[in-house]
Amino acid sequence: MKEYFEWLIENLILICGVISIVFVILIFIFLLKEGSGIFSHTSLTGFIFGKDWYPISDPPKFGILPLILGSFIVTLGAIIIAVPLGIASAVFLSEVVPRGIGDILKAIIELLAAIPSIVLGFIGIVILSPIIKNIFNLPTGLTALAGSVMLAFMALPTIVSIIEDAINSVPKSYREASYAMGATKWQTIRRVILPAASSGILAAIMLGIGRVIGETMAVLMITGNAAIIPTSFLQPVRTMTATIAAEMGEVIRGDAHYQALFGIGIVLFIITFLINLVSDLFLHKKRGKA
Amino acid sequence: MLDPRKTEKIMFTLFGLATAIVILPVIIICAFIFIQGLPGISLQFLLDIPRHGMKGGGIAPAIVGTIYLTLATAVFSIPLGVFAAVYLTEYAGEHFLKRLIEISIVNLAGVPSIVFGLFGLGLFVIFLGFGPSILAGALTLAVMTIPVIITASREALTSVPKTYREVSLSLGATKWQTIRHIVLPNAAPGIITGAILGLSRAAGETAPILFTVAAFYLPYFPNSVFDQAMVLPYHIYVLATQVPGVSPKIQYGTVLVLVGLILIMNFSAAYLRAKFRKRKTW
Repeated sequence: MKEYFEWLIENLILICGVISIVFVILIFIFLLKEGSGIFSHTSLTGFIFGKDWYPISDPPKFGILPLILGSFIVTLGAIIIAVPLGIASAVFLSEVVPRGIGDILKAIIELLAAIPSIVLGFIGIVILSPIIKNIFNLPTGLTALAGSVMLAFMALPTIVSIIEDAINSVPKSYREASYAMGATKWQTIRRVILPAASSGILAAIMLGIGRVIGETMAVLMITGNAAIIPTSFLQPVRTMTATIAAEMGEVIRGDAHYQALFGIGIVLFIITFLINLVSDLFLHKKRGKA
Repeated sequence: MLDPRKTEKIMFTLFGLATAIVILPVIIICAFIFIQGLPGISLQFLLDIPRHGMKGGGIAPAIVGTIYLTLATAVFSIPLGVFAAVYLTEYAGEHFLKRLIEISIVNLAGVPSIVFGLFGLGLFVIFLGFGPSILAGALTLAVMTIPVIITASREALTSVPKTYREVSLSLGATKWQTIRHIVLPNAAPGIITGAILGLSRAAGETAPILFTVAAFYLPYFPNSVFDQAMVLPYHIYVLATQVPGVSPKIQYGTVLVLVGLILIMNFSAAYLRAKFRKRKTW
């Protein structure tokens, strides 16, 4: 009896162990099941490279290039803002300030990760967008730039904490050797520590990109939602994620528009899957070296 | 060529400024939410249903909905996540399957929240026929939360010293008895802390629940797990973008309630962690 119970529980544990694999596969299967029908309406290339997203015109056009580029421009802006700030803060927190102060400041940055994206979207509408509108003298502050700034902040806790880990895992002997040769602290950071932590930094950037591309509610609320091919940071754009969130409520289950939204889900899933795979490789490379 | 010490000073000052640019907005946002939200909070606001087309009354159904949804998410995600972590730390050898599981966890953690929403719609709402319901929403959020719980539980389980296991096994306990009576109790604080943090993330999520549970307006409390429910994150979205002319007092009040709920969860996790760290004997 006891042995039977032991056998049962160990198999249960094994099933739970592989559940993550099962879920990843299930997600892909169900996205395909609901979304693949769109490719009988629009060809794969027409879907991805089509310049017009007019889902409710007659005939409807399901080209998601404007949405892909919308996600791209918002992500690009966010990374341009977040990466320098992230590297600088991580170095400052781990190398410059005393440990106690660093821990407090880090706790504040982590607090940012706890604030839900819907709340940051709301803050974006009431604070950030009026600021951008006034600075650049625009008709609306709901632009790609607003999305980039907000997403940069949302990605920063991830970026800072991974870069900090990478910096802390650089062996002490590296620093000591550098100091012994008469290098200043900054020279040591620039010439020794940052290069040694580079794969961790790359992983942080990749994970930051993954986080930003997948972010939904904040961009839905503050990027202005115009499904046109973006030419500047100062114009409204619409991302892939925001399109799904905004339009799924209006479609009839099973029609082409519904399938197209799931099709966008497939594209998003594949993009983030690749990004995560690559960043995982970087992280493992780092561990292998240390 | 500048004096290296001067360069160092300039660089560190710049880095300090960069850190300030990151940290100040966080403080400003929190203070802003608190100051703007506090006047809207009253007993009536917390206990009443929304009235006058959501321009008056309270937000009680959304608070209750969020609490139900979070508890239901915990019921599904904690056992699955903890058992998965037990498998990885206690059973899995260093082989291909373990690596595959690890890669899946990383990828599951990186799936965009809106894609979880699509998945929940496809599997739980349509295929399994749960309809938009607390059950479908909680299962969707559970799938999203599981990677966080696995990662935290693994760390907690790994930190239990090997000698504990060896002593138990040498006394004739089976592997599962050792896990059940020695390993899990010692790892419990870390597991609970991680679970609370994971659930606090789930409580604030909007995208995964948009199509799986969230109701636009439902002025009563849910009766069963098959009911739709109002939830705080979606209510904030509705108030900010769908209903014109809602007084700022109600908007900021709702935001403060959600942020307050999440911060309470976060602080209790931090408190538990600190408390148990002191008691740790190894």
